[in-house]
Amino acid sequence: MHTEPSDILTISGLKKNFGGREVLTGIELAVPRGMIFTVLGPSGAGKSVLLKCLAGIITPDAGVIMFDGSALGENDFSRRDFRKRSAVLFQGNALFDSLTALENVSLPLEQTTQLDKDEIRARSLDSLRQLEMEDFRHHHPGELSGGMQKRLALARAIVTQPELVLFDEPTAGLDPLRRNAVFAMIAKYQRLARFTALIVTHDVPEAIVASDRVALLENGQIRFEGTPADFTSSSHPVVSMFRDSEAALRSTILSIRSPEPLPS
Amino acid sequence: MQRVAISLFLSLKLEMIRPIGRISLDVIGGLGDFSLFCGKSFLSLPRSRKLWQRFVRAVHEQGAVCLPVVMVVGVFTGLVLGLQGYHVLSRFGSEGLLGTMVSLSLVREMAPVLASLMLVGQAGSALAAELGIQRNTEQIAALETMGIDSIGYLVAPRLLASLLVYPAQAALFVVVGLWGGSVSGSMLLGVDSGVYWSAVDRAIEFHDLIECFSKASIFGLLATSICSYQGFHAGLNHATSGARAVSAATTRAVVLSSIMVLMSDYIISSFFV
Repeated sequence: MHTEPSDILTISGLKKNFGGREVLTGIELAVPRGMIFTVLGPSGAGKSVLLKCLAGIITPDAGVIMFDGSALGENDFSRRDFRKRSAVLFQGNALFDSLTALENVSLPLEQTTQLDKDEIRARSLDSLRQLEMEDFRHHHPGELSGGMQKRLALARAIVTQPELVLFDEPTAGLDPLRRNAVFAMIAKYQRLARFTALIVTHDVPEAIVASDRVALLENGQIRFEGTPADFTSSSHPVVSMFRDSEAALRSTILSIRSPEPLPS
Repeated sequence: MQRVAISLFLSLKLEMIRPIGRISLDVIGGLGDFSLFCGKSFLSLPRSRKLWQRFVRAVHEQGAVCLPVVMVVGVFTGLVLGLQGYHVLSRFGSEGLLGTMVSLSLVREMAPVLASLMLVGQAGSALAAELGIQRNTEQIAALETMGIDSIGYLVAPRLLASLLVYPAQAALFVVVGLWGGSVSGSMLLGVDSGVYWSAVDRAIEFHDLIECFSKASIFGLLATSICSYQGFHAGLNHATSGARAVSAATTRAVVLSSIMVLMSDYIISSFFV
């Protein structure tokens, strides 16, 4: 795969299988710096596995992941550098129940930097303020609503001022209004904090509106990559099947409700 | 014909040996993995940041929270020892040795073993379940992606706390157990209180206390590391996931820890006898 200097992340030949089942079968992808890049795909396509391979939670069987020109996994230093300069927002937020909102946000600074106590507090409060969560700094995650927990998780992700933030299904299980709010939040803070956002999701309409580039992952391979406009106008069969799933559902429902007897 | 019979016999034998080999490999692999986990936990201690706060929390979880259970079990153990000891010793006209019997039984065996088993049941199961849930809700993965040593952050302070809490709980168990023995022996069955307490004073020697605290410390380390290991790997090493993985990990943690406490008790006792 050709790597542009402007690409913060490039993935080539990434493969992963679980118990003989190939989940990723040779991913080729380049993520440009400073953009919102969304990987779309149906459930079970391997989106979360791809993200976990990038985050270092799962070790891929083959392939190369380059972060800012350095291959990850070759030595501890490259992975440590990646962890310092990136953050992950997990599907379930992964907040610590026993810690308050402020302690959750302070945690990465306390444990991984040499900053003094006052500086850590100031930066954590600033991060909470950006996400309009400052008034809830003494609350525990269990006392916050789902949307607030998402904001808190994002506050923790951006407190270390990462260059790359990986979002694992950030809108899973949310209603359409909350889905819009989450994508708007990502777009707003991506612009403010100027990080590169790599999102994996299956929410097509929201992703197309909020993203600068989209890719479609299906059966462990990237089937399409381009701008949202390209995605909307693409005649690629897999893209159109995924994009036009709503129309397909409408046609199925109409046929079920028609007076004609259902085929046995 | 004979060749066919021999090859059939050999293949049957192989089929029987194969599961044994697989289980042996699993056990050896598991032990190696567990040893690495324990090694990493201790090695992470010097590098661990803000260890003090997490150590205090772990002491509270294992110590203050489990205090009532340990005290209740200690009192009733002392009461039963006083009652049974009195009836056995009175057959030989040696009721005056009741304090000696109760104190040595408590210090050398009952206190470290029973206090540890109570701690395994309460603090150990809670630890395994908490870590299991943290694994299943990706909190452990989140620590790792933040560049935080998850074993150093979550396990090391608990191991350190167990070195303090288990001996302290055993000491408390001895104190309340002795009091329970005096209640049933002196107050209810009529052994002279002065005779009881002077026998206690004469019976307990320094090496008995060393045995008590060594056992409690070793049991604490064993139980805490087993419970941490099981919780930390909930759903990773086994086919289950989610709530079932947490429940299976918690059960394994309590059963294995209890067995290891009793097994190691025999081994340590054989060094002190």
